[in-house]
Order: sequence, then C-alpha cells, then structure tokens
Amino acid sequence: MTNIEKYNNAFVNSLEITEDRLAGLKYQDIEAWDSVGHMTLVAAIEDAFDIMLDTDDIIDFNSYEKGKEILSKEEYGVAF
Amino acid sequence: MTFDEILTSAPYSVGKAEKEKILTERLAELTRLHRKNCPEYAAILKSIGFDENKISDCSEIPFLPVRLFKELELRSVSQEEVVKTMTSSGTTGQAVSKIYLDRITSSNQQKALVKIVSSFTGSNRMPMLIIDCPSVIKNRAMFSARGAGILGFSMFGSDRQYALNDDMQLDIETVEKFLEKHSGERILLFGFTFMIWQHFYRELIKLRETTGKTFDLSNGILIHGGGWKKLVSEAVSQEQFKESLTDVCGLCDVHDYYGMVEQTGSIYMQCECGHLHASIFSDVMMRDPYDFRILPNGEKGIIQVVSAIPESYPGHSLLTEDEGILLGEDDCPCGRLGKYFTVVGRLKNAEIRGCSDTYAAKF
Repeated sequence: MTNIEKYNNAFVNSLEITEDRLAGLKYQDIEAWDSVGHMTLVAAIEDAFDIMLDTDDIIDFNSYEKGKEILSKEEYGVAF
Repeated sequence: MTFDEILTSAPYSVGKAEKEKILTERLAELTRLHRKNCPEYAAILKSIGFDENKISDCSEIPFLPVRLFKELELRSVSQEEVVKTMTSSGTTGQAVSKIYLDRITSSNQQKALVKIVSSFTGSNRMPMLIIDCPSVIKNRAMFSARGAGILGFSMFGSDRQYALNDDMQLDIETVEKFLEKHSGERILLFGFTFMIWQHFYRELIKLRETTGKTFDLSNGILIHGGGWKKLVSEAVSQEQFKESLTDVCGLCDVHDYYGMVEQTGSIYMQCECGHLHASIFSDVMMRDPYDFRILPNGEKGIIQVVSAIPESYPGHSLLTEDEGILLGEDDCPCGRLGKYFTVVGRLKNAEIRGCSDTYAAKF
C-alpha cells in the first residue's frame, strides 16, 4: 500500500467517509470529525505509519491537507 | 495581545507586573467582543454602567455568577458557528450550564491545556490509563464535563486504556495486560477524584487482601480533578489520598487540578508543594462574600476566575460557588510564577457539581 493509500484509509475507516470527500476536508466539517473522531483518526494514522505525533501536531492537524504537511515533516518522514 | 501571542510564553514564567498587563489587555478585549456579540451580556454591562475602556486592572471587569449559564443561553457567536456544546456535571434533576464553543475557542482550550499539562508531564506522550468507563464519551453531540475532561487529557496519551468497564467495575485483567505491555515505561493516569478512590484505590486494596496481588505504578503520574466534597465527608484528606495511593500501588507523582466546564482549558494544576497554580492563561481572586471586595492572601473568600480563552461565550470573568484561600504570588517554593491558592470547599447551599462530586452523590 502506498503512503497516500494508507493515509486515505485512516480517514475512511475512522471517520466513515468516502474517499472522494477527503480533498479540502476540515476538522469539524463533518459530524464524525469532532474531538472524539480526531483522537480515533490520530490513532489510526499513528498505527498505519508506526509513528507517534507530538501533542502540538495533533492540535495543528486541522484538515486533510494539513495532516499531509505534518506527516511530511522530518521527524515523521512520511513522503506523499 | 492576541491569544496566540499569549501561547508563546511558558505557562508559569511570567511575573506579576507583566502578567497583570497581558491579562488585563486581553480581558478588556474579550469584554468588548462579548458586549458587541452577546446582547444579554451587553445588557448586563449597560445596567451597571460599565465602561471597558477605563479598565486599569483585571479585578475591575465584572464577573458573572456561574449559575447564569444555567438560566440563560449565553453565546457570542451564531448558532451555526457552534461546533460543540458542553454541559456542566449536575446531579439528577439539577439544571446544567450550557457552554457554546466555536472552532477558535475549542481549539484554544486544547492548546492552553497542552501548554499547562505538558509543563508537568513533559512533552512526550505516554501510555495512558483512564480511571473511568468508556461510555462517558459516547454521546458526542452533548458533551458532559466528565467526557470533555477525559477527552481533553487523551491528547497526552499514546496507547489509551480505560481501567473500568461500563458498570464502573475495575477491569483487573485489562489493567494487568496494559501494565505488562508498558512495563518500565512512564504511565499517565487520569481520572476524577472520587472515582479513583472508590473504584480504583478501594478495589486495589480488596485485591491485595483477597489475592495478595498488587500493581506497580511507581512509574506513573496521576492527574485528577472534579471535586473533593465526598471524600471530605468521608474524612479523606488530600495527603491521605496521596499516601493511600502510594501505599497500594507505589504511585507517588499525584496532581490534583481545579477547573470547570465554564472555563475549560485554563485549569489550575497542583504543584509538588500541594498548591494550585494559575497559569498565564488565567487568574484567580478571592472575594468577600458580603461586599465582594478583593481579599488579601490568607483570607478565605469566594473564588473568582478569569480566563483569556472564551471568545464564543461571555465566560472570561466568573464568580464560582467555591471557597478558597490565596496563598501567595510568584514565590511558591516549586519555582512557578503566578498566584497559588487552595480550594477550601463549596459555598453552603451551593449545588453539588464537579465530575467527581455529582457522581459521588449516588453513594
């Protein structure tokens, strides 16, 4: 599985959303991506890439795009 | 000063003069914002002829009694902008406060909490044992204070595990497995004071007496809050609470916190010396119950709390129903700057509240 597939899967599985709605998706845009959903999503992403996000990054992670940007940082090293 | 600018300071690094300046400026700005956007709040300010352009000190900003959030729907944003409504914990039949959060306020609460707590726990996330049951966060549309507390602190946990099942029974097997998996690691424990006492401490005692089995949590750090009322009535002091936990499972890094759903995020953490500390995001004042004047250090009064966070509801200056004593400012032996204080209890005839106390009312 490519990184983008893993990333999208984490969203699809934890937020119960279809892949075509991911582009431009923001935190709190849909009911499932509330604060509870956020922690589920973070856990799914951490599992998928075997990383641990910093608390600051968990907070900054407020959109589908921002998440990619965070994961691309050196300490996580996930390339898309 | 914007909230983002306040966020750049370490939470306990700012001394009295500078803090007063930063907070007064921010609170005056919030007062203006809420007057503009919340008609009820504007009416209150108007009725007392208050002019926020003349504020020279935080203590001049009017305080709303926390009860008002039960009686009125106080919002400074449109209903469409509300992403989360939080409710206070109340016993059955008791009216609850409703606090309306928009994206910005909700996110700033979380940011402040992270700054405050990580200054105690370090910035690394730890395996986390939540001394509560998973069903507390099931109802997502309406957040109870208890659920919000657990969720807010969940950010600090890497692998999270609930220690109790939905019948509030200690799940010994699960806890055992969790501790085995993370043996040698530092572990974060979080829960509400009474639940910890009743469903964790007492069960561990029982376990030790019946089977001789013990858990080693000497690597753990426990953060707990939600009120002491029930334990005070059972004559369990703070010292005894800590000592009992050390005795039963080796847990000795224990921090109480004081906070309320009306000012989520800007909590007051207890330091190693047993004092509750105000961070850069908030402050406390003790007021005389008869004439509401500010009381000096050492005198018991009603606790007023101010917070730099609330933008979506006018809750930046509140009079609680708790009594406390201010102990000092900028000179706690723990080295943290800011005011430090102790909470003595609830005002007589005040309603029972607090995540720990409302739950305990059933016992």
